[in-house]
Amino acid sequence: MKTYIPSKFIVERDASRCIQCQVCVNQCSFDVHSYDAIDNEVMADEKNCVGCHRCVVFCPTNALNISKNTLDYRENYNWRPEAIEDILKQAETGGVLLTGMGNDKGYKVYWDHILLNASQVTNPSIDPLREPMELVTYLGRKPDRIEIDPLTHALKNPLPPQVKLDVPVMFSAMSYGAVSLNVQRSLARAASEAGTFWNTGEGGLHSSLYKYGDHTIVQVASGRFGVHSKYLNAGKVVEIKIGQGAKPGIGGHLPGEKVTAEVSLTRMIPVGTDALSPAPQHDIYSIEDLAQLVYAIKEATGYQKLISVKIAAVHNVSAIASGMVRAGADIIVLDGLRGSTGAAPKVIRDNVGIPIEMALAAVDSRLREENIRNQASLVIAGGIRSSGDIAKAIALGADAVYIGTAALIALGCTACQQCHTGKCAWGICTSDLALTKRINPEIGSKRLVNLLRGWAIELKDILGGMGINALESLRGNRLHLRGAGLSDTELKILGIRSVGD
Amino acid sequence: MSANPALKKPHNSIIEINAQDIATHELNNQLKQAVAAGAKRILLKNVCGQRYIGTDINKPVEIKIEGTPGNDLGSFMNGPYITVHGNAQDGCGNTMNEGEIVVHGHAGDITGLSARGGKIFIREGVGYRAGIHMKEYGDKKPSIVIGGTAQDFCGEYMAGGVMVLLGLNMKDDDYHRARYVGTGMHGGVIYMRGKLEDYQLGREVGIAELDDTDRAILANLVEQFAGHFDVDGQKILTHKFMKLFPLYHRPYGRLYAY
Repeated sequence: MKTYIPSKFIVERDASRCIQCQVCVNQCSFDVHSYDAIDNEVMADEKNCVGCHRCVVFCPTNALNISKNTLDYRENYNWRPEAIEDILKQAETGGVLLTGMGNDKGYKVYWDHILLNASQVTNPSIDPLREPMELVTYLGRKPDRIEIDPLTHALKNPLPPQVKLDVPVMFSAMSYGAVSLNVQRSLARAASEAGTFWNTGEGGLHSSLYKYGDHTIVQVASGRFGVHSKYLNAGKVVEIKIGQGAKPGIGGHLPGEKVTAEVSLTRMIPVGTDALSPAPQHDIYSIEDLAQLVYAIKEATGYQKLISVKIAAVHNVSAIASGMVRAGADIIVLDGLRGSTGAAPKVIRDNVGIPIEMALAAVDSRLREENIRNQASLVIAGGIRSSGDIAKAIALGADAVYIGTAALIALGCTACQQCHTGKCAWGICTSDLALTKRINPEIGSKRLVNLLRGWAIELKDILGGMGINALESLRGNRLHLRGAGLSDTELKILGIRSVGD
Repeated sequence: MSANPALKKPHNSIIEINAQDIATHELNNQLKQAVAAGAKRILLKNVCGQRYIGTDINKPVEIKIEGTPGNDLGSFMNGPYITVHGNAQDGCGNTMNEGEIVVHGHAGDITGLSARGGKIFIREGVGYRAGIHMKEYGDKKPSIVIGGTAQDFCGEYMAGGVMVLLGLNMKDDDYHRARYVGTGMHGGVIYMRGKLEDYQLGREVGIAELDDTDRAILANLVEQFAGHFDVDGQKILTHKFMKLFPLYHRPYGRLYAY
């Protein structure tokens, strides 16, 4: 069927610079560029262009630019181009619109309406370059009280298992199959070097990655792919995934095309079959059932591992989170409205869930009110972009954050939202072996470690400015936040005062 | 009939644990300690609702249970041979990897959920969603044999393995009562005795006659079932069975607009 959808981008090729080297032809995985040997000319079929910039970055003579197609519809606030083109796409295919990455709509980003404090006159700020500054975070259940033996100065009762983070930033769950093995290698190495954790996602653990176990979170989700006792014991934390910010309440289909021989080995399913992750876990229909799985995994791992439970932030998030803590979770993870995905129905990604800032504040407040905040660590995910976002999240009550998209951007991702096609030209969200080679784990891990190093220094700067010398003192310290341009209700839920107040 | 070589050794003494009035964690601890001390055969008496029995025992030991084990019996199990003289509750064999569970009674919901290996034999019926999302890979192929019938959604999302419904509580012309049998099935096979109306079957499932390979697999499992429960396997095999199989390996391939 002829498509009525116009090209999204224009490929501009400067003929005076182009040397017909065909790097663009080889780099583009969406078949935009082609070479005509007879005319010795490189050409572009713009309708396929996704705006990922791979060709622009790799063009040796800077001959290329990609710009927005300026072709306009008549201005209409209701019938904006996206609404028109989504309808066209469905009229032409009859299918569910699929997309990648996180919610790209204009819902309020609360981080951009929250401002941090600093010390002036009444208490001294600290210079983090020359004075000690502590970012170390321990995740895990903290006892209500501790007793110390006065003679030996040792704890009378052992602490529940804890994991140590040198920076309060972990890498979100991204499964092998959704991302390539080289991406997971990059994440695992970077987590080990930077003293933090990466997360296997629901695709099992490739045999070459077991050696990073001390920095690994293994995930158990509804598909139970690659879950066996060796896997459960491979990491330090086992995460039960109930939901994901990009697709709350939705299961997953890893399309058969992505289930290559290696992926099938790790997921333990036949090559080429769809890997179906059911929407619910059929052994969890209630908080009591969640407790049952939490303790099944604790039994299966000899009570040595932390159990994390991850949910998408939805309307009743604080009541659910309270139940999760009471079900025995050592870590609870909230994934917000902007959480990303390798593939999700667009209508779900763009319309379901609540912003993470609100969910975080509501949950932290609720757990404090119920005097159970110490029983679980609180980790948030979904759209964290910078150390500023992280500082605000910690002050709102988070123990640590997960980053997914930010980590992939460090590896080259340009957020072009084509993850679901499996054709990622940057070699990130694909299992095509010719493309996955584009990520070199050595360079990839270096880029990730660099990012975390930069953020860690910035976090120390922020803390120093506040006159605080340990991240622990900022945690849940909402007096260091003020809201700008927020309603009274929003301020109340966030538990912060207005700027100027 | 057990295939476990460890059990054939003579003078293998039986360790007894009395589960009366002890909590799940304590019972499983005692079980682990007994196995760590070298026990090969363990008898758990007076079991009443304790969960996760056999979960963290990665050895082919024999565990006999008298009473009613709680939910998640043998969840994530990797090796033990469990016999229950009583009924099993929900989640029996949940995400099981290796070993065997034999229940001299019935079992609850989600029997064998996401199992990737091992065998489960239930003398009587099972609850909802039995064998849901069972998988197989390479030589790992789980099987569930149910002496009675199953409730709705049995074999849902099934991705591998073998499920057998013997329907021994039915007459030859009886219809099953389960609906949505094998819905979303995209791997594995179900052999069942008894009849099904079209509406009881998932849309992704086909019905076929058994071929020689099927008959051999079925005969083998029925013989094992008969051995466990002391019934006449040959007589069971004289009944007519049908084979349910997935019509597509990619049932949801055409769902999306790209």
